[in-house]
Amino acid sequence: MTKAPPEHTVSSPADLLAVAYRIETDAVQRYTLLADQMETHNNPELVKVFRDLARAEGIHADEIRKQAGDIELVARSQRLSRWQKGESPEEVDLGSAHYLMTPWHALELALAGEKRALGFFTSIAETAKDPKIKEMASEFVEEEAEHVNLVYRLMRKYSKPADTWAQDPDPPISQD
Amino acid sequence: MSSIQTRLTCNPADYKSDIKPIWCPGCGDYHVLLSFTRAFAELGLAPEKTVVVSGIGCSSRIPAYTNCYGFHGVHGRSLALATGLKVTRPDLTVVVASGDGDGYSIGGNHFLHACRRNVDMTYVVMDNRVYGMTKGQPSPTTEPDFDTALSPGGTGLSPFHPLVIALAAGANFVARAFSGAPNETASILVEAIRHPGFSFVEVLSPCVTFRPDEREWKNLVHPAPVAATNDPGKAARRIMTDDGFNIGILYRGNRRPYQAKVESRTIDLAELEREFEL
Repeated sequence: MTKAPPEHTVSSPADLLAVAYRIETDAVQRYTLLADQMETHNNPELVKVFRDLARAEGIHADEIRKQAGDIELVARSQRLSRWQKGESPEEVDLGSAHYLMTPWHALELALAGEKRALGFFTSIAETAKDPKIKEMASEFVEEEAEHVNLVYRLMRKYSKPADTWAQDPDPPISQD
Repeated sequence: MSSIQTRLTCNPADYKSDIKPIWCPGCGDYHVLLSFTRAFAELGLAPEKTVVVSGIGCSSRIPAYTNCYGFHGVHGRSLALATGLKVTRPDLTVVVASGDGDGYSIGGNHFLHACRRNVDMTYVVMDNRVYGMTKGQPSPTTEPDFDTALSPGGTGLSPFHPLVIALAAGANFVARAFSGAPNETASILVEAIRHPGFSFVEVLSPCVTFRPDEREWKNLVHPAPVAATNDPGKAARRIMTDDGFNIGILYRGNRRPYQAKVESRTIDLAELEREFEL
C-alpha cells in the first residue's frame, strides 16, 4: 500500500519543478527524522550517514529552488503533489529503521528511494508530450541515475552485515 | 469547517518543533508525526490557533514535537481537557492524540462520551495493540492469544472494537489509517479536521519493539473497498465484518456538532484571584 505510484498532474515545466522540489524536501524531512532517531539512540555513525543524506537532498532542493526563480514552489507543490494515493517516491520507509541498523542498511534504504525517484522521473520523461517537460524530466533522470551510482559507491565502503545483525544479547523486551 | 484559522504558511516543516522525538527507531508514531505536520500544512492551519492535546503513553508525546500549542495531560483524560478547551475556545482547531491504552482503557469512558457529545474536534488514536511505554502489557485491543510472560497463554479476552463503539456512541466521522502510509494518513486527517463534529481516526501504528510482528502490517493493510457511508448501521456492519486492515474513511455523519448555548464570560484576572483566595 505504501509503494503505490504517486498521482500527480504535471502540465508544465513549473509543475515538474514543484513536484521535484517536494520530493527533495520530503526526503530531507525523513532523513532528518532518522538522524534524530539515531542521535537519541546513540548511534553516531548512522547519525552522520543520515545527516549527510539529508544535506545532499537539501542541496538538490536548493538547486531546484534556484532553477525555479520566481515560481512559488511550496504552494504549487501543495496543489500538485499531495500524493493522496501513495507516497513521495524518494522517501525512505521510517518503519524499516532499527536501533541496531548499520550504515549499510541506511544506504540500502537510501538506494531504494533513489531508485524509486529514478523510476518516477523516467516515467514522466517517457510519457510527457510537452518537449520542455520531457527535456527537464530527462535531466532529472540523469541526476537520479547519478545518485543511484553514488549510493552504490558509498555502499562499497561498508561490508554487508551478517544475518545476525539484529540480535541483541540484552533486548529491550522485559517479559521474555 | 468555517471556524478553522488558516494562514498561507504551507510547509510541513513549519509545524515541527525543535524537540527530537525519543520513540524507538521504526516506531509508527514517527510517521504519524509526519502526517500531522503534512495535514496541518495542507489545511494551512495557524500554529497559534491550533492545539494538540494528549494523555500519557508513547503516542501522547506528540504535542511536544509539533510547533502548535500543546497540552500533555493526565492519563486517559485528554478528551476531557480537549472538550473543555474547544467549548470555551471554539475558534481553535483542536486535535487530540492518544494510544490504545490511554484512549480505550484508562480513558475509555471519556471516549464514549466525547463521541456522544460530538464536540467539533479530531481524535487520533495510535493503536499498536500493546502498552509500549510500560514494556509490553496487553491493551484493550490486544489479540486474545498474545502469549508473553506478562500474559501467559494470552488474555483470552475479545479485543475492544473502537470503530464500532465510536459509531454506536455517536462519533460523526470514523476512519482507519495506517502509519506507514503517512501521506494517505495526512489526507484522512485533513478530511477529519474539516468534518464538523467529533472525528475519530484510528491509526494502526506498529510498536516494533514489543510487537515486532506488527512490522508485517504494511503487507496486510489495503484500501477500504467501498466509499464512506453516512448510514451508521451500514458502516457498523462493514466494520464488524472487515479484517481490521481496511484503510480509509468509513463513515461521515451529519449530526450537528455540540455548541455551548451560553456565551463564555470573560473573567477579570483580579476577580479570579479573589475567587480562589484562601
